[in-house]
Amino acid sequence: MVEQETEPFLFSKANSTLAKQIVARYPKGRQASAVLPLLDLAQRQSGGWLPQSAMRYVAEYLEMPEIRVYEVATFYTMFNLKPVGKHLVQVCTTTPCWLRGSGDLMDLCRRKLGVEKGQTTPDGVFTVVEVECLGACVNAPMVQINDDFYEDLSVEAFDGILENLTAGKTVKTGSALGRMSNPYRKGE
Amino acid sequence: MPKMIINNQEFEFEPGMTILQVAEQAGVEVPVFCYHPKLSIAGNCRMCLVEVEKSPKPVASCSMPAVEGMVVHTNTPSVEKARKGVLEFLLINHPLDCPICDQGGECDLQDITMQYGPSTSRFEENKRAVADKNFGPLIKTHMTRCIHCTRCVRFADEIAGVPELGGTGRGEHMEIGTYVEKAISSELSGNMVDICPVGALTSRPYAFKGRSWELTSTESIDVHDALGANIRVDSRTGEVMRILPIRNDAVNEEWLADKSRYSYDGLKRQRLDRPYLRNAKGQLEEVSWEKAFEATALKLKASKPEKIAALVGDLVDVESMFTLKKLFQGLKIPNYDCRLDGSSYPVSPAFKGDFTFNTGMLGIEEQADVCLIIGCALRTDAPLVNARLRKRYLSHGLQVAHVGVPFESTFPLDHLGDEASLLADILEGKHPFSKVLKKAKYPMIIIGNEALTRPDGGELHAMAKAIAAQYNMVREGWNGFNVLHSAASRMGGLLMGFIPENGALPTKDILAKAEKGELDVLYLLGADELPETCLEKPFVIYQGHHGEVGAMHADVIFPGAAYTEKDALYVNIEGRVQQANRAIFPPHEAKDDWKIIRALSDYVGAGLNFVNLSDVRAALSIENPSFSLLNISQPGPLSTVSKTLPKVGDQKFKPKALSYYMTNVIARHSVTMANCVRDLTGGVHD
Repeated sequence: MVEQETEPFLFSKANSTLAKQIVARYPKGRQASAVLPLLDLAQRQSGGWLPQSAMRYVAEYLEMPEIRVYEVATFYTMFNLKPVGKHLVQVCTTTPCWLRGSGDLMDLCRRKLGVEKGQTTPDGVFTVVEVECLGACVNAPMVQINDDFYEDLSVEAFDGILENLTAGKTVKTGSALGRMSNPYRKGE
Repeated sequence: MPKMIINNQEFEFEPGMTILQVAEQAGVEVPVFCYHPKLSIAGNCRMCLVEVEKSPKPVASCSMPAVEGMVVHTNTPSVEKARKGVLEFLLINHPLDCPICDQGGECDLQDITMQYGPSTSRFEENKRAVADKNFGPLIKTHMTRCIHCTRCVRFADEIAGVPELGGTGRGEHMEIGTYVEKAISSELSGNMVDICPVGALTSRPYAFKGRSWELTSTESIDVHDALGANIRVDSRTGEVMRILPIRNDAVNEEWLADKSRYSYDGLKRQRLDRPYLRNAKGQLEEVSWEKAFEATALKLKASKPEKIAALVGDLVDVESMFTLKKLFQGLKIPNYDCRLDGSSYPVSPAFKGDFTFNTGMLGIEEQADVCLIIGCALRTDAPLVNARLRKRYLSHGLQVAHVGVPFESTFPLDHLGDEASLLADILEGKHPFSKVLKKAKYPMIIIGNEALTRPDGGELHAMAKAIAAQYNMVREGWNGFNVLHSAASRMGGLLMGFIPENGALPTKDILAKAEKGELDVLYLLGADELPETCLEKPFVIYQGHHGEVGAMHADVIFPGAAYTEKDALYVNIEGRVQQANRAIFPPHEAKDDWKIIRALSDYVGAGLNFVNLSDVRAALSIENPSFSLLNISQPGPLSTVSKTLPKVGDQKFKPKALSYYMTNVIARHSVTMANCVRDLTGGVHD
């Protein structure tokens, strides 16, 4: 990969304090252990993705070779190495969700947002990706948008969520059916 | 010692060895890809699976420690099956392009597939393809062939000390590379080509040039730095095709620096292949050997001995220097010096320790705990000595400090400064580093060319010796005083006394006189790193293999042989006398250098009577018996330290004028080295 031309990266004041706390959790000389949380911090600060400048900054911050940071960042799929939209819509398509209709959710994304998986809407609001099991099979089908799970989705419920997000309204997270602790669903 | 059973036979082993190491020692063959004896253990290729009794699954023998009473089988059907399976998986994404692959014929994967692999593939899906990486002018990549053994990654991390390579991505998308494109910035990068078990990393200059079975290998000695790495010169039809290292744990382990490995194309360009004589019009004209000798003899006889001088270059072998010394002695000419770099610290062959790397490579590896480097960019002056220090740093935390021009090091280096006056502080215990030296059990000091070639080089040399004495570096069982030369010829020359004695002129004075026109004849034996103004006035005899500065200003040219073209001795920095062997013949009318001087002797009546090379070596051994002991490091006694404190000037150290890739005539005529300067150092080749 050629070198990206990105703006230089620096931790914000708040993140700087946080980073210091994180590094302090590890024994002296083992600060490289903090690479995952620090990359996460950097990703959040850069708007949901990791520019090369941020990875280099983390490498320098933890006194480790740059390539060791690149190795980590490219290994974990939750680090985005390309810019993503404001809302990263991660649709689970593993078997349980698929059986419960995740295909329809993907279709809805295609119809409503006009993007294929892996693409970002032209206005930069949504990026749709397909992910493997996120461990909420009991409330399948489910979608993760940024840090929140949206479960028990029907096409209508998902449509509403996308609608509200587009309008910039707050959205209720968790089960669309209002279930708590996965109780038995009547009639099923 | 504990014992274990491999294939129904009992073997003893040292505690801490792995099953694979025990098997290797016992002569039981276990196929491997990722395991390399000089690198850390990764255990990721799974090719070395063996059966261990009471273990439910096959075991990766490279990473499993051997245990007392262990029973191992390496030749059962289940082991066979495991290896077959592993190999089939490795081959799934490997292109079957052996016919166009440069590794073909010397490829671990090819060899092991011949033994364990299936004859056909069962894989019908698409193979993955990986984009090739740009690793710079020395390494050609073909990443689709990579089997992810990570040897190159570990080499870069551990030996070269430039952690720039890694495996990015995961699973099927994993790729070895630098992620952000860049050339490997190491002067040991060529070794990655050697350790790559497949054709993923191959030599760029050698690409599509030849096949391993067409080459004739000749064991020889490298001359591009003063360490004298053991090499193998692979040649075909009178042409050097490539140069590879040979394993010698006492000298170069199994590594070779890039300049030594890749500058061989310089051997084919701008060669002097016939004698020349400057005619009345001032042009160099091709002549016969006889004419060249006659003209030279005329000039030599007509000049007064004290107006004649000789200088030898950096790549000259022991026998040639010795023959030249004998020729000059026969003619009663006193002025000759082998120290072309202009260093003039006092030396005497009797006190060999004064100019030897006494600690030796094994001393660094096994004992040293603190090292002070003075005036020497170790990483470029002697990349393999640098690699040894790094090895000691990794294994036992060697502490290193440096006084001189800062350089990018591959281990933590405490740069104390670049003023020579610091040394007096260290000697007198005023500097904080003195405490470290005082506490050290096996302290060592390395003094290099930046220091020794200064006008006050003699004082700096004395200062280094005084520091060595002050901190008990030279004692029974340990010698921590080291001089690091930058030229392969230097140790041999100093050892045979190719130095001005009894008031004869040293290099500096010879050059000064030549410039002023007070010298009649200047004999240059492979000496090119000279200011041109010194060569204009005297009658210059140039004997060497490349037409450069020396030949340009010469009045007569004797074409000599390069290091790959003659049987010759070289002495390395440790005082180890090693023999280089002829791989190919010198071009056209060029001859072995000692023979040229021997022939000239008849024209001038110097009375040399050597008939063959053994005569030269015999005479040499009589003068200094250490030349008859081959391949042994020979540290020597140091002269006593003077009581008066040496007066060191306080000017700063100056960096070297020549780039690492351009230090000698062969390298300067190599296109590969020019590419390195362009791509790796960001400099412009002039």
